[in-house]
Amino acid sequence: MFFKSLQKLLKENIREYGMYIALFVIMLIFTITTDGIFISSRNISNLLNQTGYIAVLAVGMTLVIVIRHIDLSVGFLAGFLGAVAAIALAFWNLPVYVVIPLVLVLGVVAGLFTAFPIAQLKVPAFVASLAGWLIYRGALLLVTAGTGTIIIADETFNAIGNGFIPDIPGLENFLPGVHKLTLLLGLVAIALYVVSQFRDRRKKLSYNFETLPMNMFIAKLVFISVLLALITWVLAGYNGLSWTVVIVLLVVGIYHFVTTQTVLGRHIYAVGGNPEAAELSGISVKKITYVVFGSMGMLAGLSGILFASRLRSATVTAGTLFEMDAIAAAYIGGVSAAGGVGNVMGSLIGALVTMSLTSGMNLMNIDIAYQYIVRGAVLLAAVIFDVTTRSRGR
Amino acid sequence: MDTPILEMRNITKEFPGVRALNNVSFRVAKGEIHCLVGENGAGKSTLMKVLSGVWPYGSYTGDIYLDGELQTFRHVTDSEKAGIGIIYQELALVPELSVYENIFLGHEISNGVTVDWNETIKRANEMLARVRLDVNPATKIKDLGVGKQQLVEIAKALNRNVKLLILDEPTAALNDDDSANLLQLLREQKAHGVTCIMISHKLREVMAIADTVTILRDGQTVCTLDAHKGEVTEQVMIRHMVGREIDNVYPPRVGHRPGDEVVFEVKDWNAYDPRLGRQVLKQVNLKIRKGEIVGLAGLMGAGRTELALSLFGNFPHYEISGEIYVQGKPVKFSHPRDAIENGVAYLTEDRKGNGLILIQDVKQNISLANLKTLANRGIVDANAEIKVANEYRASLNIKTPSVAQKVINLSGGNQQKVCLGKWLFVKPNILILDEPTRGIDVGAKYEIYTIMNRLVQEGMSIIMISSELPEILGMSDRIYVVSEGRITGELPVEEANQEIIMQMATN
Ligand SMILES: Nc1ncnc2c1ncn2[C@@H]1O[C@H](COP(=O)(O)OP(=O)(O)OP(=O)(O)O)[C@@H](O)[C@H]1O
Ligand SMILES: [Mg+2]
Repeated sequence: MFFKSLQKLLKENIREYGMYIALFVIMLIFTITTDGIFISSRNISNLLNQTGYIAVLAVGMTLVIVIRHIDLSVGFLAGFLGAVAAIALAFWNLPVYVVIPLVLVLGVVAGLFTAFPIAQLKVPAFVASLAGWLIYRGALLLVTAGTGTIIIADETFNAIGNGFIPDIPGLENFLPGVHKLTLLLGLVAIALYVVSQFRDRRKKLSYNFETLPMNMFIAKLVFISVLLALITWVLAGYNGLSWTVVIVLLVVGIYHFVTTQTVLGRHIYAVGGNPEAAELSGISVKKITYVVFGSMGMLAGLSGILFASRLRSATVTAGTLFEMDAIAAAYIGGVSAAGGVGNVMGSLIGALVTMSLTSGMNLMNIDIAYQYIVRGAVLLAAVIFDVTTRSRGR
Repeated sequence: MDTPILEMRNITKEFPGVRALNNVSFRVAKGEIHCLVGENGAGKSTLMKVLSGVWPYGSYTGDIYLDGELQTFRHVTDSEKAGIGIIYQELALVPELSVYENIFLGHEISNGVTVDWNETIKRANEMLARVRLDVNPATKIKDLGVGKQQLVEIAKALNRNVKLLILDEPTAALNDDDSANLLQLLREQKAHGVTCIMISHKLREVMAIADTVTILRDGQTVCTLDAHKGEVTEQVMIRHMVGREIDNVYPPRVGHRPGDEVVFEVKDWNAYDPRLGRQVLKQVNLKIRKGEIVGLAGLMGAGRTELALSLFGNFPHYEISGEIYVQGKPVKFSHPRDAIENGVAYLTEDRKGNGLILIQDVKQNISLANLKTLANRGIVDANAEIKVANEYRASLNIKTPSVAQKVINLSGGNQQKVCLGKWLFVKPNILILDEPTRGIDVGAKYEIYTIMNRLVQEGMSIIMISSELPEILGMSDRIYVVSEGRITGELPVEEANQEIIMQMATN
């Protein structure tokens, strides 16, 4: 009975749950092939930190693809803005509290710049952002030409990519070796999740909307809660939550909120779903295009900061192929090129999938050539899966 | 009795939350024209999709027999092989390809490697002659009007040697001439031995052409009427479809007269289209009073939609001149948003193309144009949204399991009501309706007319664009006739009749 309804649930929502299952399977495989090293606290912590700079790009890219565009320029834009941050810190001696907002604002400006020909002149985004790709690549080479790699000495800045949140002071003897604040935050997150799910369900029931049957609903709650608990426990066993993870969670949280709860978010999805209808409903497609590309640029700035900080330096090749990883993550996460479909949570999972593949294959010492091939195959499989489950419809 | 060409037995098809077909049985005799009628959402399109394999064998229960043989179509190509051709209301032609390429799309004549274009064009010409369409087969589809496109679709189907041709609302977007032409064509195909199933909401057409009529209601077969026994009359069909009598299709506005106050005025409105290099609107002058319904009559392509769109602030590349006054104040609309803020709303004629967001649900579509009133500091109040959507669902009688249903899953007529709901929620003073009852059943039409009456009684003013003259005559207080981008006549409804309007529309 339980398994019957579980089967039915999975079948009906395979599109939605597919990538979670994929992530789970990938992690399981690597855990087995690496004798558990993959799932070790240290590796998971590293993996999440590496995912950070792709995940924020993937979040921005999701919205760009939702409104039926693409932005190829963001990889080198991130690299370039990372270099700007390094120069500002190392040569101009600006404080980190100035540098970060500065870089984010520059990102927004760059995004609006990309959006201009797209929104105003209807230039295809592919071409407009390809031009950006070339321009920022040149700009990155230019600013690093004299110096080569720029070393960043500022420890506050470097902590963004390498540091961890502090633990609750005065509890050193309680559960030694475990990061208590991380544990606490994890528990709070689980509690919030469960409460919000119950609220949501009650509301849906009161309006006679479709809901999961009770046993499935509980199963889902238990599954997600256990997953969250596991991740928390694994992280708490190493250094706890890193600043990168905190930032990524904040970004995903804010974007999730904006896309699902606000007028702006609804307008973005309306434009993606049917631009003509949105326009005739009084929504300015131009304005939405600027907003989405502006946000993409800002997140490229953030990505550049995360990456530079993680390497403690700005390099000549920073940002290479980031845009492809971000696009792949978004598609694995269920975004549709037809527009109007996709969500930032999915893209976060998509980023985790791509990064897990990289990390796992690195641990297994698989040759980089095969790594690319495997990642390509996974992307293709994900998109084929997405397309076929969609066309089957309901 | 002969074996029927088609027999569908006890067909049941369910979607989440809806039983679209409930034990439907349907028989079509060889060589007849069989019309399928019923209210919006009755299940007509679904029944045809089951028949043609869009909903594959196994996704429904019941049996389909073609010439007495049980069929299990798993895909549209299976039904095509069995001799079934279906033409959907949304045309499935490739706009950028030529007429002949479209006719042979997927069935190219080739020697295995290259396409034999000479033979293709020759055969295409034969097919075009058969549907009596006089165009150069090299013309691109996008350069043809809907009426001609419809004929190309039929040529495409006939080219595949169909025995059974299904047409889902083929005339909904056609004018009277094109419709008459199409009906004549169907009669000719009948003489060639092709059996036809036609879905239509235009009951007059049904009476003119049907040998047999099957009526569906709420997913069930109500009855089958034989035209040759005189069973097919408008009243009988309406009674079976709607379950009650509707004797006056256009409900009267008792005790209501439009006011004197002019709420919307257009002066010397011109639009030039630089891409076509011609003037699309010339010196248009219009006035609408409070509580008035003004009809815009004219032929298709007369420029009424262009006029409405440009007044609504949507003119991507036109060069516009002229003035608009709302409640006596001059206004400039550079975006539909400006128009909406000044109390003007525009319901588009093409609900799928630019009216609805099909992949979103009913409530999101209804709230779309006025989301800010449901929001507090930019955050949408989801409960308020559901409440509003449910109100319109009730007042417009939208058939859907819940307002969380995706609009793409609603039947055509119910989609139209969602569009209407969206614009009513904007609470406009001036509502422009572009072909508001296209593809809508008689019962729902009556409901929409009743709503229009209620709205003008509450003080709203309505501009109604319609290609159906009876509708213009039945609902308007005053009529403007548009022809080739200019107003060629203005007359109160009392002085109007079909001949006068047609004369003004064609000169
Ligand atoms: N893909 C789908 N998913 C869910 N429900 C559907 C789907 N297709 C149709 N329905 C529902 O099935 C019912 C019958 O729809 P159908 O399109 O067959 O109506 P119809 O008789 O063709 O109406 P109309 O005259 O408005 O075109 C409707 O209630 C509709 O909402
Ligand atoms: Mg239909």
